[in-house]
Amino acid sequence: MSDKTITSKTVVLPAKDIDTDQIIPARFLTTTTREGLGEGLFRDLRFDKDDEPVADFPLNRPESEGCQVLVGGNNFGCGSSREHAPWALLDYGFLAVISTEIADIFRNNSLKNGLLPIIVDEETHAWLIANPGAEVSIDIAASTLTLPNGKTVTYPIDAFARYCLIEGTDQLGYLQSQLDAIESFEERRAWTP
Amino acid sequence: MTATTLFDKVWNEHVVVPETDDTPAVIYIDLHLIHEVTTPQAFSLLKEKGLPVRRPDLTLATMDHSTPTTPVRSIKDLAIVGPNAERQILQMQQNCKDFGIDLLGFDSDSRGIVHVIGPELGATQPGKTIVCGDSHTSTHGAFGALAFGIGTTEIGHVLATQCLLQRKPKTLAINVEGQIPDGVTAKDLILAIIGQIGVNGGTGHVIEYRGSAIRDLDMEARMTICNMSIEAGARAGMIAPDDVTFEYLKGRPRSPGGEDWDTAVAHWKTLRSDEGAVFDREVTIDASKLQPMVTFGTNPGMVVGINEPVPDQADDENFDKALRYMQVDAGKPLIDKAVDIVFVGSCTNSRLSDLELTASILDGNKVADGVRMMIVPGSQQVKQEAEAAGLDKIFKAAGAEWRESGCSMCLGMNGDTVPSGQLSVSTSNRNFEGRQGIGARTILASPATAAAAAVAGKIVDPRIFLRSPV
Repeated sequence: MSDKTITSKTVVLPAKDIDTDQIIPARFLTTTTREGLGEGLFRDLRFDKDDEPVADFPLNRPESEGCQVLVGGNNFGCGSSREHAPWALLDYGFLAVISTEIADIFRNNSLKNGLLPIIVDEETHAWLIANPGAEVSIDIAASTLTLPNGKTVTYPIDAFARYCLIEGTDQLGYLQSQLDAIESFEERRAWTP
Repeated sequence: MTATTLFDKVWNEHVVVPETDDTPAVIYIDLHLIHEVTTPQAFSLLKEKGLPVRRPDLTLATMDHSTPTTPVRSIKDLAIVGPNAERQILQMQQNCKDFGIDLLGFDSDSRGIVHVIGPELGATQPGKTIVCGDSHTSTHGAFGALAFGIGTTEIGHVLATQCLLQRKPKTLAINVEGQIPDGVTAKDLILAIIGQIGVNGGTGHVIEYRGSAIRDLDMEARMTICNMSIEAGARAGMIAPDDVTFEYLKGRPRSPGGEDWDTAVAHWKTLRSDEGAVFDREVTIDASKLQPMVTFGTNPGMVVGINEPVPDQADDENFDKALRYMQVDAGKPLIDKAVDIVFVGSCTNSRLSDLELTASILDGNKVADGVRMMIVPGSQQVKQEAEAAGLDKIFKAAGAEWRESGCSMCLGMNGDTVPSGQLSVSTSNRNFEGRQGIGARTILASPATAAAAAVAGKIVDPRIFLRSPV
């Protein structure tokens, strides 16, 4: 993520427990690359049985064009470990997901790809759900979300993950820099299963 | 010494670099299970960077998710699933060859669902850290391993360094006391637990299942329990290893042998929560009150006892939407609801004991007219054992389909799907909208409830079929 701020209108999917099978159905998982997965994003909610766009699905409304922030109901991203879920959201154009709770594996996968998972309090969340299309501003360095009425809330984020997002640090590179420690761990283990 | 939990002990043994406020811990991984669907992009990264797989000896590969469950005699048969799945499978074969990884592929009698073969081969052991690009990796926690699902980026990290960056999760003790009644299975217990704590009840936590009812379970039942920890949002589920665990592992191909066995068991016996160990949260369940459970909605937490009415939450829009999708009425039990498809299989319920239970109900009965029943063993090994016991004959005589191993109808990506609008009773783990195919409606249940539904052609209490206690 090159920019340290995101300013965008929101798209709101108020349902709670939006699972990874809804975000990207399993039939799109036979790919061997990470490109083009936006096509499968919320596929069975965006399109009907005849593959026609569902007009009233929030992502299909004209005002959602170009939105980079998705607001979802509680427990967003529950279900499988498929990293295809954040890949699909990013490919579609989203840069951040806001909810009151975001499932562990999805949150982890998002942070590894520069999709920002933002947890907010219930009051802020209720306001966002009630005001789709609100223009919000996210300051990644300060970990703050600002609403159009000026209200600013701080969201929790792992310090290392934030550092990597801002600096564009490759976490694999960090792990590789620990190679000496890894080797000595392997040698010092008294008993190896 | 401070009393510590089972989780803490396994975690502490694998800390390569401790966590700080600024950096997560570097955690060592003892066993990396890989399959064809979540690895191609990780291998591509290694190739781009010119990196080898650091410990191919700690990496075990199989193919299960996008593989067909019809017999595969040659690569040509793969075209059944489609060109993408075929490419994925061929790429898995090539990647394993290029990086020197053991692949239990189509030519192997040990192939199967990754969470079935790990334990079956004895590769899954107490105290190990085990990861896989699949959320149901929690299954292996049944052996007292710390096992959890990871994404593809993290798969790349483990392939390249055998380590992961992790923040220490919290702990949740689920104490299950009392005796599970006859006709009620481990699947019913875990569904009841998820119903009680909710699909996000375990988020941020590692669960330890404890208590007399858990100790009474055999290994296959314990795997069913730990398998669905992720359906409560938990990072992992664990059960302290005991004599039942050691007995299961003894003599398996990858279990320690000779003197190593005694050393291993001595170590494994230390892997239990100390008396007085403090968990971040505790929940208690009375096993004696359990009954067969069925899901009625579109997540595993929307679950009721087989004779109980579906709750009424008319003011909850999500709840109402789920009931409409499922074509289920609030205030009425699911009993007598007509079913179209019955699926026995998946990493939750595809082991020999699950198939024996299914056979005990199908024996001498017929799958009802208009119902399609598919029985898919968890591995080629399970398939052979079931056939040696004559179970396949019972299944076929009843009119059920008996397949090769694989993930099959648990998720619609390998050719086995539930047609739109049809109602499926499934022993798998997720009843999400569209999980088993576009528009598929899924009721999660035990193999007993599934088999009973196949024979009756509708949802029935499986206890009416039981000739002997489960």
